[in-house]
Amino acid sequence: MTKNKRDFSQWFFLGPYILFFSTFIVVPVGAGIVLSFTYFNAIEAPTFIGLSNYVSLITQDEVFMQKILPNTLTFALIVGPGGYILSFILAWALAQVPKKLRTVLALIIYSPSMTAGVAMAVVWTIIFSGDQTGYLNSMLITMGLLLEPIQWLQSPEYLMKIMILVTLWGSMGVGFLAMLSGVLNINSEIYEAGYIDGIKNRFQEVIYITIPSMKPQMLFGAVMAVVGTFQAGAIGVALSGANPTPQYSGQLMVNHLEDFGFIRYEMGYAAAISVVLLIVVYAFSKVAWRLFGEKD
Amino acid sequence: MSAFHGTKMNPSKFHKSQLKFLVFLIPLAVFMAMPIVYVFFHAFKPIDELFAYPPRFFVQKPTLQNFADLFGRANASGVPMSRYLFNSIVITLIVVFLTIIISTMAGYALSKKEFKLKKTIFEINTLALMFVPAAVAIPRYLLIEELGLINNFLVHILPLLAMPIGLFLVKQFIDQIPNELIEAAKLDGASDIHIFTKIIIPLVKPAIATIAILSFQLVWNSVESSTFYVNDEGLKTFSFYMSTLTSQATGNVVAGQGMAAAASLIMFVPNLIIFIVLQSQVMNTMAHSGIK
Repeated sequence: MTKNKRDFSQWFFLGPYILFFSTFIVVPVGAGIVLSFTYFNAIEAPTFIGLSNYVSLITQDEVFMQKILPNTLTFALIVGPGGYILSFILAWALAQVPKKLRTVLALIIYSPSMTAGVAMAVVWTIIFSGDQTGYLNSMLITMGLLLEPIQWLQSPEYLMKIMILVTLWGSMGVGFLAMLSGVLNINSEIYEAGYIDGIKNRFQEVIYITIPSMKPQMLFGAVMAVVGTFQAGAIGVALSGANPTPQYSGQLMVNHLEDFGFIRYEMGYAAAISVVLLIVVYAFSKVAWRLFGEKD
Repeated sequence: MSAFHGTKMNPSKFHKSQLKFLVFLIPLAVFMAMPIVYVFFHAFKPIDELFAYPPRFFVQKPTLQNFADLFGRANASGVPMSRYLFNSIVITLIVVFLTIIISTMAGYALSKKEFKLKKTIFEINTLALMFVPAAVAIPRYLLIEELGLINNFLVHILPLLAMPIGLFLVKQFIDQIPNELIEAAKLDGASDIHIFTKIIIPLVKPAIATIAILSFQLVWNSVESSTFYVNDEGLKTFSFYMSTLTSQATGNVVAGQGMAAAASLIMFVPNLIIFIVLQSQVMNTMAHSGIK
């Protein structure tokens, strides 16, 4: 392209995006990092306290070390890779049925993700409702599997499992669509060539042809899976109707952060939790990048 | 070709070899659709069916009573439901429209302009795909307070306008447009604005449809701004109003269940309709969604 030296038109086109991007994404991240080194109660001006917030997060916050961190990791490790692998398998299987049927099935599978778990929490609270009119309780009692209704959403034993189930249910989102179109766009000649080169079965075909041919979509799907997983943090509070959740059983980092930031007004401490959370998200995405990223 | 017995992707017609996929795809789809189908039935149940024991999945005598209750109801501070719905519709329309313009403009610059920071900006944006807004709720709150946006209608709109995933998808899509096309237009004396509105916009319609859907889902379902930044009931959104119905329905308190189900339906149906209308465009965009 011939380049005009006085052409600044790109800033005209980029300007609005950069303005909103920096104001509502870059600045809050930066401010969060700065705040995490301070004591700030939202009334007095923040005072610099160095690494104290991080030190107490690791050494003194028993709830964080005993409940929040294990909860977040369990949740993330099941929902993230679980939802991701499920998305891929579904996309792969869907690509092999005729178009009309595929469109209908893909729509059904995608639809739960449209409403972002929390909006559908009402359905789940009714299904898992604690008395005998709750659907699950009623069904299990009728089948004779249960004698007394279970307080599903108030029980520390079940809350986490239900959160995982609900989040997985709603996790076939944009990443799933990207993978579906990725599978569909692989040139069929690549498969034929693969069989000539000695691929023997479906499993080898998926590992050696399908996945490598759609690496960019696999990476996009992985990043979406990581983000979706950590964004789903509000689900426990939405289901149980309380922050903190019963005995902290469904408490994730996002909830802990809101608990300190908006309920206890320890903003500096909450900011330290945000920074740790962002690092965790970044670390998870980095793994995805390692697996599927193409190095130029 | 006829000797090839490997995977047949994107088959044109049904073959019995596809049965093995359908055997698990169909039950799974049914299972996934169940909660949604359930909301449909629940929203139309009369009161005696809502609290029937044992509870029934299907509705027997459908009624619009729940919707009537919902629309007729005003909350404790006297704000009618329609006010929340009106707020949501206005906010959603503005956000979707502006997000499309802002992302497409930025996508055009990042794809077709040559300048120094181009690569860096795109890389920062790709990094921002990982951004989890909930993680920075605190500094965001302080910033919004600083900007004087608390209790301001704009607080529902401004924070949602920069959508990294939207810019990402539209940029990848504009990359497919040949540079020669733009060069030719330039030789004919077309201005930048002209190229943008007459060439880029029509060619990236699928990407625009996709941004529209994603941004719609984001803003329509968002409760963050109403929960944290707005105290004035009259300025809150429908999704927030719905979440208050939900919390009443939690645990054993079943009152408001029918209304909550009717409200979820109102939340869900627009998502569904928009996606059905635009799904082929979305799939077209997703083909270029890969991160390289």
